[in-house]
Amino acid sequence: MNRPQTLFEKIWNAHAILTRDDGTTLLWIDRHFVHEGSFHGFGMLEHAGRTLARPDLTVAVADHYVPSHARSQPIRDPEVAGMMATLRGNARRHGIDLLDLDDPRQGIVHVVGPEQGLTLPGLTLVCGDSHTSTHGAFGALAFGIGASEVSHVLATQTLWQRRPKTLRITVDGTLAPHVAAKDVILAIIGRIGAGGAVGHVIEYAGSAIRGLDMEGRLTVCNMSIEAGARAGMVAPDETTFAWIEGRARAPKGDAFAAAVAAWRKLPSDPGAGFDREITLHAAEIAPTATWGTSPETALPVVDRVPDPALEPDAARRARIREQLDYMGLEPGRALEGIPIDRVFIGSCTNGRLSDLRAAAAVLRGRRAVVPGLVVPGSVPVKHAAEAEGLDRVFRDAGLVWGEPGCSMCVGMNGDLVAPGERCAATSNRNFQGRQGPGARTHLMSPAMAAAAAARGEITDVRRLA
Amino acid sequence: MTPFTVVTGPAVALNRANVDTDLIIPARFLRKPRSAGYQNFLFHDLRRAEADFPLNGIDPVVLVADANFGCGSSREGAVYALVDAGIRCVIAPSFGDIFAGNAGKNGLLTIVLPPDQAAALRNQLPAEVSVDLPRQRLRFPDGHEHVFEMDPFRKRCLVEGLDDIGLTLEHTARIAAFQEADRHARPWAQPDGTEAP
Repeated sequence: MNRPQTLFEKIWNAHAILTRDDGTTLLWIDRHFVHEGSFHGFGMLEHAGRTLARPDLTVAVADHYVPSHARSQPIRDPEVAGMMATLRGNARRHGIDLLDLDDPRQGIVHVVGPEQGLTLPGLTLVCGDSHTSTHGAFGALAFGIGASEVSHVLATQTLWQRRPKTLRITVDGTLAPHVAAKDVILAIIGRIGAGGAVGHVIEYAGSAIRGLDMEGRLTVCNMSIEAGARAGMVAPDETTFAWIEGRARAPKGDAFAAAVAAWRKLPSDPGAGFDREITLHAAEIAPTATWGTSPETALPVVDRVPDPALEPDAARRARIREQLDYMGLEPGRALEGIPIDRVFIGSCTNGRLSDLRAAAAVLRGRRAVVPGLVVPGSVPVKHAAEAEGLDRVFRDAGLVWGEPGCSMCVGMNGDLVAPGERCAATSNRNFQGRQGPGARTHLMSPAMAAAAAARGEITDVRRLA
Repeated sequence: MTPFTVVTGPAVALNRANVDTDLIIPARFLRKPRSAGYQNFLFHDLRRAEADFPLNGIDPVVLVADANFGCGSSREGAVYALVDAGIRCVIAPSFGDIFAGNAGKNGLLTIVLPPDQAAALRNQLPAEVSVDLPRQRLRFPDGHEHVFEMDPFRKRCLVEGLDDIGLTLEHTARIAAFQEADRHARPWAQPDGTEAP
């Protein structure tokens, strides 16, 4: 009898080409996604006179800089236009499949990979983007890398990695009505902190996680990096296999059956050991919002922002004060009722069809009292949403319906929140200046962002149900 | 990559936890070519928003931060900005994993010190600090020497300025053998609609 293994260990061991005496392992990489921002990696590859090892395992997607409006017109900002042209040139020169602006598959890389069946259980996936952890929802080992590592993967289809530790986060029980996957992951980060999982791969487990659909699992794994984790993963199950079947690049027919048989062996064995374990009770998770400039400042929406005067630790007191100052908030005030200036619904965290449905369900028959932007995660998501009339719901509410991309989550395409403005956002980072210099971001679920739009202030979505 | 042996020079303290890579370099600068230098983007918005920001008026070679420095985005531009501004070493109780990886590839030494030691060091700054990587010793401004831990491979890459792609390519035969075996073990891992080369 072999020693029981975790999901992570099984994938790691299946990809280990060799391990050096110092413990560093050369890992085989099954999928490499590149985007406009990967230009540094291509530059290093070409500067060293190297060629791309496996163009067939490399997929290029235009997402970070793509305009959210007027796609048929030339891009006005010459630097942004240059980023798009560089991606095109790199894809063409190296023979990589490119999901360009006009491609019916285009979208945010972390929405597109699963959608196209490129993301599968048991794979290793990397991308020069920290939210690559998203793909772990399928029971894959997926993590973000920097430009030098992008160059390494381009040249070798491998990566040197130190074996991370493992952390199992179990969420048991049933989520209350109007509590979404976003609330689950915000609650987890609020509990363990922005550095709580540094050096670890998280496996999310428990009945509340198994009860999530694939889109909810993607949302949870997406924000693993916001707890500092190297990656996040969920064991593949029938929900996973049903989602994959029939996707364009997924195995077909007998090959699919053989794949499922292999994938069924992936979940952590009973008795497998984790370096750390944490348990949360699903019933205790409420609709959540952040108040500060780190995702760890997540609180139940019925709560109050902290008062530094009540914090005994000097360093923590100073940190609370700094964040309240930046966010323009009174110490100890209620989170509900904080007036907002705009909403952003979208991103690799919450730009999928179920997210748009959840937001539209709140806004149907209501008017937003603040401006807002809704950006579907991909062209297929956009078309599916339009087929259901979700775009009409958002437009009738007074929000703008955009074209798929990263948009206002990171603002690289010019979709920015103005200095001092407060944005209710379904994205993943409320960092100082993330949505633009001086911008103030409150993270929340799509339904909560829709409620904020309808009321013009942070609102417990249960009031509008 | 500049090999790293002994570096002595001014160090400054950043007394805040979770300094994310968006703070180190705002997203709008990431489209810039590296050839022009990234030094002017380092903490660009923070330096302007906070007149007493610790790097204003000082060009340190060592930065001493609090926990989880470099968390968030995988942007290697954060490391380029630090390196191009002349910073050779960042010391903190912990680092974002991706940031630490990026640092190592660009000759930027990241040293993990226990929280109390890092706090003690920050309290002595700004002042001169000496970092001896081959001996894994750190000299605080008060003259005391402290040993630090270091991954042996990362140390070798930093001290010798090694190109790790070059090192990997020495294993080409092993990689090819792995691919051949893996193709049979996991035929489903190949994307549908493409032929393996």
